[in-house]
Amino acid sequence: MAVLVIADHDGKAVRDTTHKTVTAALAISGDVDVLVLGQGAQGVADAAAKITGVRKVLLAESAGLGKMLAEAVEATVLPLAAGYDAVLTPANTDGKNFAPRIAAKLDTAPISDIVEVVSADTFVRPIYAGNALETVQSSDAKKVITVRPTAFAAAADGGSAKVETVTGADASKTTFVSEEMVKSDRPELGAAKIVVSGGRALGSAEEFHAVMDPLADKLGAAVGASRAAVDAGYAPNDYQVGQTGKVVAPALYIAIGISGAIQHLAGMKDSKVIAAINKDPDAPIFQIADYGLVQDYKVAVPELMKALG
Amino acid sequence: MKVLVPVKRVIDSNVKARVKADQTGVDLANVKMSMNPFDEIAVEEAVRMKEGKEHHAAGTADEIVVVSIGVTQAQETIRTALAMGADRGLLIQSDTDLEPLAVAKLLKAVVDEEKPDLVLLGKQSIDGDNNAVGQMLAALLDWPQATFAGKIVIEGGKAVVTREVDGGLQTVSAALPAVVSVDLRLNTPRYASLPNIMKAKKKEIAVKAVADYGVDTAPRLKVLKVAEPPKRSAGVKVADAAELVSKLKSAGVL
Repeated sequence: MAVLVIADHDGKAVRDTTHKTVTAALAISGDVDVLVLGQGAQGVADAAAKITGVRKVLLAESAGLGKMLAEAVEATVLPLAAGYDAVLTPANTDGKNFAPRIAAKLDTAPISDIVEVVSADTFVRPIYAGNALETVQSSDAKKVITVRPTAFAAAADGGSAKVETVTGADASKTTFVSEEMVKSDRPELGAAKIVVSGGRALGSAEEFHAVMDPLADKLGAAVGASRAAVDAGYAPNDYQVGQTGKVVAPALYIAIGISGAIQHLAGMKDSKVIAAINKDPDAPIFQIADYGLVQDYKVAVPELMKALG
Repeated sequence: MKVLVPVKRVIDSNVKARVKADQTGVDLANVKMSMNPFDEIAVEEAVRMKEGKEHHAAGTADEIVVVSIGVTQAQETIRTALAMGADRGLLIQSDTDLEPLAVAKLLKAVVDEEKPDLVLLGKQSIDGDNNAVGQMLAALLDWPQATFAGKIVIEGGKAVVTREVDGGLQTVSAALPAVVSVDLRLNTPRYASLPNIMKAKKKEIAVKAVADYGVDTAPRLKVLKVAEPPKRSAGVKVADAAELVSKLKSAGVL
């Protein structure tokens, strides 16, 4: 029984979502290999080799893999899948894109977004926007699984696995055109220890940035937003925290002017400590917040900045 | 261009799902059901392609076929899509909720019959939250896929799709025929007008059975339990920002 983890990385280093997926993989089997897909990704493979518990690292490169095109990933992984009983990858937009494609080719039922490994064939996953948790047992010989990284602790570094090169396939019917990545010096939303999130109460894009950015910079935090704020155009789409956006679980989540729709709570309720600032004392966010401040953000945030020194 | 739009009848997005006391599933008895919101966005985009609205050239789509797999009442979901502007419908009746792999296999059989140039569907259904059918259908057809579309431009036999990905946007070009799954911000679906609702009643909905397609739809996953997530309880209210900061400091998170 061996497990293949497809790494998540930024082209230079593995993201800690990979370490967390390795933890989930080790709960299934002691034989865990990591596959690094990319272009010019030798450094990533060397970093993946340091994750404790990893048996070996496979590196496959091509232009299409550099952009993680699903067709290229599928064609690269399929020949390798013969040697494994399960393929795991983080449930980020890349993993969600290619994992079901691989599963269909293997005639296997994909298991999406798992939050717990019960045994080698049984897993827990959220359904209905996190309003229910389903425990499923797979009868497929080969399993394809995406892992919700915030639900698992990160495997430590300290190993020294060897790196092997394997053939990287390319996509023929899909081509990469362009990308527009949001540039920021702040930590990534999914990995930040502190997240400050703004809602529709902020009223405009200018106000959103004027209030949230200085606070985030003071705390070294990532900025998130509710779906209402994103839909209203106050914040870019990749800020969205929620079942249909990003699922985060930082040490501290500060919700500002967010009422707390079910869909938003599903994306942040696993945070260690939740603080909420909202002028509406009946806002649902207060039902799950550890610390609630009933006050207009216009008063509360400047005072918060002052109190933080 | 012919567009196939698969739609699913699911719990209405404004209804809170409640777990059954015997932990066998979510209670759907007497619960309002609607078209999966992501699928509604797919229907809207197909209709705009036909109408030549937004950036779409007139006649980008010339026929829109809507397919649903589910219980008899899923005809209402198809009827909603027809009222929005789709041309005809197909219901593949199934009394059991099929897994994404089985759905993808049935849709492949429909594609083999209908031969659309584009399959446009929601990125996930809000019940199972699998986010898998579109990708699996593309794999079974050996078609290219473009998931999580925030913008779709059809030109020169290609779908140029701007995808909502972690960290920003990625634009890819997929040769048609292709499968495109849509994300929330692609468009805001219309409400069907009364005349269009009346007109939709005359549109054709073909009804077939899963068995008509001869594909293996046996479940691969056994649901052992459906449970409520652990509850988080309300904490304390603080008087002002200074107290909040001191509480957060003593909690060790600042």
